[in-house]
Amino acid sequence: MEQDNPGSANSEDVRTNEASPVTCPADTDPLPVTCPADTDPPPVTCPADTDPLPSGPQSSSGCEEQGDVPLLENHIQSEETQSRPEDELEAGCPDVSTVTDCSTQREDEILEQDSAPDDVSGETGQSAPDVVSGETGQPANPDGEGHTHPDGEGHTHLLPERNSDSASAEDGRDDSEEFVAAMLARSKLEEQGLGTKGSSPPLAETGGPPPPGAHRDEDVTGDAWRAHRKHVFVLSEAGKPIYSRYGSEEALSSTMGVMMALVSFVQSGDNNIRSVYSDQHTVVFMTQGPLVLVSVSSSGQSEQQLRVELRYVHNQIVSMLTEASIARIFQTKKNYDLRRLLAGSEKILDGLLDLLDSDPSFLLSAVHCVPLASSLRDSLSQILQKAITPNLVFSILIARQQLITIVQEKTVIEDARLEPSDLHLLFNLIGASSAFQAGEIWTPICLPCFNPDCYFYAYISYLDPPECTVCLLLLSTDKEAFYAVAECKRKIEEAMMAQNALAAIAKAHSYSVSQVGVSDLRHFMYKPFDVPDNHRQLTQFTSPEMESPYSSEEERTRLLDLYRDLHSRIHSSSRPLKLIYHVAERETLLAWVTSKFELYTCFSPLVTKASAINAITKLLRWIKKEEERLFIRYPPKYSTTPNPSRSSRKAAEQHDSTDNGFLSLL
Amino acid sequence: MAIIRELKVCLLGDTGVGKSSIVCRFVQDHFDHSISPTIGASFLTKTVPCGNELHKFLIWDTAGQERFHSLAPMYYRGSAAAVIVYDITKLDSFQTLKKWVKELKEHGPENIVVAIAGNKNDLGDIREVPMKEAKDFAESIAAIFIETSARNAVNVEELFQKISECLAASRPPRHAFLSKLPEYNKQCRQIPPLENPEGDSNESFKLTRQAPPSSRRCC
Repeated sequence: MEQDNPGSANSEDVRTNEASPVTCPADTDPLPVTCPADTDPPPVTCPADTDPLPSGPQSSSGCEEQGDVPLLENHIQSEETQSRPEDELEAGCPDVSTVTDCSTQREDEILEQDSAPDDVSGETGQSAPDVVSGETGQPANPDGEGHTHPDGEGHTHLLPERNSDSASAEDGRDDSEEFVAAMLARSKLEEQGLGTKGSSPPLAETGGPPPPGAHRDEDVTGDAWRAHRKHVFVLSEAGKPIYSRYGSEEALSSTMGVMMALVSFVQSGDNNIRSVYSDQHTVVFMTQGPLVLVSVSSSGQSEQQLRVELRYVHNQIVSMLTEASIARIFQTKKNYDLRRLLAGSEKILDGLLDLLDSDPSFLLSAVHCVPLASSLRDSLSQILQKAITPNLVFSILIARQQLITIVQEKTVIEDARLEPSDLHLLFNLIGASSAFQAGEIWTPICLPCFNPDCYFYAYISYLDPPECTVCLLLLSTDKEAFYAVAECKRKIEEAMMAQNALAAIAKAHSYSVSQVGVSDLRHFMYKPFDVPDNHRQLTQFTSPEMESPYSSEEERTRLLDLYRDLHSRIHSSSRPLKLIYHVAERETLLAWVTSKFELYTCFSPLVTKASAINAITKLLRWIKKEEERLFIRYPPKYSTTPNPSRSSRKAAEQHDSTDNGFLSLL
Repeated sequence: MAIIRELKVCLLGDTGVGKSSIVCRFVQDHFDHSISPTIGASFLTKTVPCGNELHKFLIWDTAGQERFHSLAPMYYRGSAAAVIVYDITKLDSFQTLKKWVKELKEHGPENIVVAIAGNKNDLGDIREVPMKEAKDFAESIAAIFIETSARNAVNVEELFQKISECLAASRPPRHAFLSKLPEYNKQCRQIPPLENPEGDSNESFKLTRQAPPSSRRCC
């Protein structure tokens, strides 16, 4: 609990440094107030319109009262210009230790009200829409969905929103004032023509230009560089730059030096820095062995989510070098320049970060399968099962970064399993480089979740050059097995040719949500959980194509941001939720987690709660009906060793396969 | 029916000198300006007529990045010929070439035919490696020398032609035979520096209980 004060001190520092006017006090002051309280707040109260805030009344409400145009303008400007990670870092420096615990605060703040499904409606209007429109949305909101959910209006409070959420439970009386101020502010905005079309992504505060192609040459002192939504840095413990998502590492060496200073300063106090929060940015630190990874994000994602992303970045590096060798390298030479070994691999990390932003499979830690008639999938699996050679461990067929089928050597999987995250890294590797389009590739690759210290040898070859959509990936433990494995590919190719399987795969597309036949349903993501008995099942999810209105890049990002927000609230460590019904600005979302599945749905904004629940029932029924097509029900296995000794066990496994938990709930 | 002779060739050299571009030009007669760095090694084949024979080139296009360096022996050990590529506009890449020559001399197969290719010949105006210097060096080690441009398709076919001539002249059938068999398996136990020198960890996958004996073999 000692974190509170320092926490605020810290963010104040940040602020002063950035010389941003007004707006911010609300952000900081409430922190100390609310945090202790929210450990166990009566979920209660938050009647629909509570939203805003109180709590740090002196400063925040003051701020709100004059909170009309100038304030907002200021705010908007500062959003655009303020993103200076270095400054924040420097500012954070004196207080770092405080920062170590910030994470909990924030989650508490956001989640306060959510607990019971009943609260749903109250909740909805509340924190989430705040997040949504609070930050960019409100100028973007002239058509005032306000009518449908009055509380939605409160969004005009830009930054204070988080605190206001938490505060709301304690004190509702300021609401009306708040509300009025907000309305005033907004109408003024509209008058001035500031409230224009709602095109900006809800959580993207910086609204920087879309990243250009050649990030390496970017001017790291420029505003455009600062405006990037998410920076990721990797450095060694000696402070040597290893990777930066944007800009060249050399140019950033002093910035990274500051980061390292922060990390080691906190370490010297026997503590670990975890994160720094400022108005616009969340800075998350992660130390992994001799590597330090830093994410500077204005995406509105939770610390937890950013941490998961950093872990992916780390794992991708490990997949190229193995953890053991990274450790060994730095043991012998502390200031080794790891870029020497990663040279040429920047694209892979760049690609990973782009995927993390755009592909929900990372968020869900699940694999996305190509929907395929189960008979076709089975026959493909059989083809893979037949083309084997000693030491072959996994045979994987991929189309457009989605899984067609995966077949695995039995004994290997006995004690360990292939994690979705390892598969994601493989998919990214294949997608990020065009090198695989020429010939047959043989490369060492480590699967960090499977075993961070060893290499597999991967045979990678596209089956349909020159289109290069269907890719075969064979993993062997034998470095010398190329020719044997290549022979397997020959067999697979022939067998697929005989069945005209490539043409069939080419016809398999992801599906449209309209096939579900539920009006108002715009999109969904459904992830069935493994049942504990069958832990060897690969975690998968299914999701239709993102269609209008989410066909543009921007809108797609916006929807994903909404999903991410729901995800972070559902999975909040301090206050996990089961159900969130969230009325956002331009859509209504419902997220639901049970012991059997995790579901995120997006509806048109006019849907009612009852009809949404009705729709979900229909959706679940549809998925149940289609599950054979949407999922790999039971990843087939093979034995590359001649003695399939445990026939009894095998039988048992097959028995298991009949009930692997997909929707058995329904 | 013509005799098909298989010739195994591997390409070595610094990263970015154009190994893949040369191979791509040779195999597909295509040049890609934004080619991705090779990952691991890429295996391609191309059959060309040579006299009354058909020569099937089995080409290992290795990655020039340092982290893959340790895998190179796997590729050159079984090769009849090695093409070491440097970039005429980068002196460093020529230094790297010399290291490769040394490594081949020490660890490579005895009779391997070495060809030195100075790529990016089209960028003569920013040349850093004089042709004469490279040529003299090649002569000193009895290597084939040629300057190529994968971009303009200059001397790429000639490079492989020279290699096949050289192989045909010197030791005809043996390599065709060699290239089929992964003979090098027996010798090639070099542990890449990146891997754990204590051995075994490299193979410590959980091939539980009935792990095939072959998996224990390495290192």
